[in-house]
Amino acid sequence: MSVAAYPRLRAVVMRIAQSIPVVIGVVVISFLLTRALPGDPAAYFAGAAADEASIEQIRVALGLDKPLIQQFFIYVGDLLHGDLGQSIYSGQPVASDLAKRLPASLELTLTALMLSCGIAIPLGILAATRPGSWVDHLCRVLVTAGVSLPTFFTGILLIYVFYYLLGIAPAPLGRLDFIYLDPDHVTGFYLIDAALMGDWETWAAAAKQLVLPAITLALFTLAPIARMTRAAMLTALSADFIRTARAAGLSSRTVLYTYAFRNALLPVVTTLGMVFSFALGANVLVEKVFAWPGIGSYAVEALVVSDYAAVQGFVLAMALLFVALNLVIDLLYTVIDPRIGFAAK
Amino acid sequence: MSDIPLKTVSKTSGGLDHLIYVLRANPVTLLAFGMFALIVLSAVFGPMLVPYDPLQTNASMALQPPSWDHWFGTDNVGRDVFSRVIVATRLDLSISVAAVALSFVVGSVLGSIAGYWGGWLDIVLNRVLDTIMAFPLFVLAMGIVAALGNTIENIIYATAIINVPFYARLVRAEVNIRRNAGFVQAAKLAGNSDIQVLALHIFPNALPPMMVQVSLNLGWAILNAAGLSFIGLGVSPPTAEWGIMVAEGANFIVSGEWWMAVFPGLWLMMAVFTFNLLGDGLRDIVDPRKRT
Repeated sequence: MSVAAYPRLRAVVMRIAQSIPVVIGVVVISFLLTRALPGDPAAYFAGAAADEASIEQIRVALGLDKPLIQQFFIYVGDLLHGDLGQSIYSGQPVASDLAKRLPASLELTLTALMLSCGIAIPLGILAATRPGSWVDHLCRVLVTAGVSLPTFFTGILLIYVFYYLLGIAPAPLGRLDFIYLDPDHVTGFYLIDAALMGDWETWAAAAKQLVLPAITLALFTLAPIARMTRAAMLTALSADFIRTARAAGLSSRTVLYTYAFRNALLPVVTTLGMVFSFALGANVLVEKVFAWPGIGSYAVEALVVSDYAAVQGFVLAMALLFVALNLVIDLLYTVIDPRIGFAAK
Repeated sequence: MSDIPLKTVSKTSGGLDHLIYVLRANPVTLLAFGMFALIVLSAVFGPMLVPYDPLQTNASMALQPPSWDHWFGTDNVGRDVFSRVIVATRLDLSISVAAVALSFVVGSVLGSIAGYWGGWLDIVLNRVLDTIMAFPLFVLAMGIVAALGNTIENIIYATAIINVPFYARLVRAEVNIRRNAGFVQAAKLAGNSDIQVLALHIFPNALPPMMVQVSLNLGWAILNAAGLSFIGLGVSPPTAEWGIMVAEGANFIVSGEWWMAVFPGLWLMMAVFTFNLLGDGLRDIVDPRKRT
């Protein structure tokens, strides 16, 4: 019973193997970034008041006196132990800081992506089935305007309208108003944790805080998804098998969803990967605007005080997250479209 | 000799006719060209024309809402927001044009080499590009600026690096499919060296899709640079720049002084919108099939 007996399993293993060089590349780049610090890293870590001897001591302690190759292997060894270095700013290991703050970022990003998929995909389908109608024009305007919106600016506009003018949104200060206690930590997602506790008042408060940042991020990711859905649906709808299905007298619903949409899903999922990359970047800006305590605002705070270990730890963590996500998306392909995976790549 | 100029003339006028035809059929693109001209004019002549010195503070006029004297109001130290917004055009535009030009050149060279000669060069290049693309690009730009140092030049380098993969891949694909085309073989037989064939015969074919990419990328580069300065990288405070002005205005938005953040934000949005429209319009001219 070899792996080759299961073509799909083989494809999955192959795909996982393909991501290994990318991970190595990511680690190399992030190593170079940590070593390319302006000036002398040892002097930097020793602090402003250090003399020659203590700088030299730090240099040896950090292993900076060794050749670059050897430093790289030490760095990789540290990474394998989950050690991203020490944050000067918080005094904690960077890895534990990031782990603590990651759920906040994920809750925001995932909510935003669900929101934007929930709007963009139906919009794209409607626009593709009614070309030239007002839905189509709306889609086109949204798509072009959407990619031009600076996320930080939309966030500020939303705060002005919904917090200052209308007064229906809470102050843009983090995940939960200070009068509520944080829900018990289970997943780190406040909405899930509060629901698990059955504390619906806290749930509602957390949801209120989440709405504006999630909409900001969703507006930004809406455009590429809607654009790709529309284009992919147009291509799928003009295919021969759709004409055959229609001629065979299948209901327009079946033709649209079972035949056309399933075929259009592949490029849409591909776009989702790209959109996630944008969203992770935009996350940093949105978190700063809404004082959201995620890893993005952590990196920004670290940047302000030149806490480089924290920044580079954040960059590496984001890259690994993104590589993992692309892997998941590629594996999803084989579920959506069984033809993929047999084609040896 | 007489037929050669004739041919070029008919070709350009054909292209011009096509351009006019497309512009007439697509007024949005015409609008985009107009807005583009406006942006370029305010980048070139803006600093001479603005009514106030963008750095001149005036404590007695702080936080004034928009009025006839100050079209976009004044900020917390009494600087005229309108003057600052217009003057900032030059800096924002220079950053993004420099970054895109840099990635255009580097991407073209790398992509041409990889596409023409192939082999291990191609493999190595693809691996490197894959690795760059494996980072969320804005985050990578943050990391690069943090590592190289917090200056405007490094913002340009970071933006250029994250854009290189798009150009390199595009050029590589365009060069690769023409590597053994008939006209290439003819050029080689006529005694041209590989470099000559590559630079003068193959590469020009990649230019039309590249121009579309440049236009779309410019908008994206402006957004990227403004985003970096919004989180405090690159441009330092007294300088007029859209991202940093929005960041400064953000502190006042919760108390209702909206004009400080809204006008630079709107200007930024308009600039990005213009480049995106322009890119879509150029794509219609260059390749009508790709219209989505």
